[in-house]
Amino acid sequence: MEMIVCIKPVPDPKQAGKMTIDRETGTMIRRDIPSVINPLDRHALEAAVQIRERHGGRVTALSMAPGDALPVLKESLARGADRLVLLSDRRFAGGDTLATAGVIAAAVGHLGTFDLVMCGDETTDSGTAQVSAQVAEFLDVPNIMHVDDCRVSPDGDLRLRSRNEEGAFTAEGQTPMVVSVTADINEPRYVTLMDVLDSEGKEVVVLSADDLPLEESWIGLEGSPTRVLELFEPERKSRAEMLSGTPAEQAAVLADRLRRMGFRNG
Amino acid sequence: MDFTLSERDRMLQKSIREFAEKELPPRMDRMEETGEFPLDLLDGLAKMGILGVITPREYGGSGLGHLARVLVLEQLGRICPAIPMSLEVHHMCIYGINTWGTEEQKKKYLPALADGKTLGVFAVTEPGGGSDVGGTQTTARLDGNDYVLNGRKCFITNAHVSDIWVVAAMTGEGRKGMSAFIVEKDFPGAGTGHVEDKLGLRGANTGELVLQDCRVPKENLLGGEGNGMSVALETIVKCGRTGMASVGLGILNAVLEEAVKFANERVLYGKPISRLQAIQFYLSDIYSDLEIARLLAYRAGWLLDSELPADAEATLAKQWICEAAARSARKAVEIHGSYGILKEYPVQRLLRDALVTVPAGGTAEIAKVVLSRQAMS
Repeated sequence: MEMIVCIKPVPDPKQAGKMTIDRETGTMIRRDIPSVINPLDRHALEAAVQIRERHGGRVTALSMAPGDALPVLKESLARGADRLVLLSDRRFAGGDTLATAGVIAAAVGHLGTFDLVMCGDETTDSGTAQVSAQVAEFLDVPNIMHVDDCRVSPDGDLRLRSRNEEGAFTAEGQTPMVVSVTADINEPRYVTLMDVLDSEGKEVVVLSADDLPLEESWIGLEGSPTRVLELFEPERKSRAEMLSGTPAEQAAVLADRLRRMGFRNG
Repeated sequence: MDFTLSERDRMLQKSIREFAEKELPPRMDRMEETGEFPLDLLDGLAKMGILGVITPREYGGSGLGHLARVLVLEQLGRICPAIPMSLEVHHMCIYGINTWGTEEQKKKYLPALADGKTLGVFAVTEPGGGSDVGGTQTTARLDGNDYVLNGRKCFITNAHVSDIWVVAAMTGEGRKGMSAFIVEKDFPGAGTGHVEDKLGLRGANTGELVLQDCRVPKENLLGGEGNGMSVALETIVKCGRTGMASVGLGILNAVLEEAVKFANERVLYGKPISRLQAIQFYLSDIYSDLEIARLLAYRAGWLLDSELPADAEATLAKQWICEAAARSARKAVEIHGSYGILKEYPVQRLLRDALVTVPAGGTAEIAKVVLSRQAMS
């Protein structure tokens, strides 16, 4: 099975508290916050590596990112990817989800035939959850999101379970397809010291816009219909009111307030 | 001069950090209560390559070397210092066998010390003293194809959780009268004695080894008869002290994190106490100790990997860092005020752990004697 896993470097979510917004430019200030591979992408990578371990094949980690993200992205090789392909070009900068998906789809096509493209459901930095569906559309193959179970049947078809807030469904289909996963699909394994050593001999390919069949007008800011009007921190409103009296009196006041706010019994 | 860590080092640092953050906290309460090493962790430590970090790859290790070992022990110590304490002595056993062992000894024992079945022991200290290596009383007498060992070893890390021991014993008189042996726990006459109940590093097992007419096959002599002093001193100084420096460094990481966290959360006079200059001075001291400790420990590891002289540097790193860990942990307790003495706050444990590192692997006074020789050379 030929698998491509889309990965993205994001500011370490554990240090999200340090993130601030430049009010003048309306952009996020990320300096001093180290990047990590987007957490859900690690689950996608683990899922692909598990499929390879059971059924054979190859796992390619694919990322569109600035060149200085390479050391962070190389962790994908220690996590089991067979090779890493970095799409890096100044002209990609400022791309929205559509422009990004266009570049990724062009790269997937450039790399040859594939069976499965896997993504995390969303990223922790922008959280649009749009790219996997857009990539599937560009590649003209089916897309299933919110996947928490992914198996390959003996005839090579995929059996997937997708879960959302309304329930779950199981789908079967032929490859190729694009799948995005939730954190429930697996527990990514630890990277061992031997994994780190073994990753050093693996192939790293860096491609620019010139290597891909792309029109200038499809990429970067120019290829991005999305316009961010404003980026702001939501105003924090927390008002605490202390109730007094006996517990029964306090409960009565609280119940009355809740009723007036629109809460109803049952 | 390049102070940056390589891509490989940064990646292994990150992977061990992740492992430590997930695997150690669930085991720590029990370690504190019982003083026992969590044997169920051994398999994970083996799979991660931590047990065999300095073991060459051909003997089942990852062969990453001494700087990598420092980084690994630091990350584990940041969460639970008792774990790297146990591992640093385990690595001394490996260092001794890998440096002086015959091909047969390496093939037999090094893979077993990397695969998670057991920890290793390096036993020199006796009731008569640890720093006085020459005063060793345990004897080894050749009898046919065996040496017969008699004596007691005390303050031995991993004594009760190890199957493979490197033991120093006297085969003759004086400096050339000491020899080292690889003893298996199941050899006739090999046993364990008292378990120590320590103030800190409670999850690291410490206790006695008892050798009573213990029969050790001749082929388990390590490094040749009469070379035991070299085996003991080089292993203690190079591997042991760099390891202890790493334990202290791990503690300092945790001390700074806990101190900053509390200082930012604790509100007095309407603002976090981290805004008070008195607290800022404490934090500055702890931060300085951590940064200097890191330079000293990494340098010791780098010197060993570069096969450059490292005796004084490893001794300096061990002595300075463990003292720094103790004084910084004390300051972190001060920052916490009365909360600092409550068991639910980790700083009291870090102070207890740091105090145990100070005399381990040679007291501060012995280190100063070594350093004074270096100063006068």
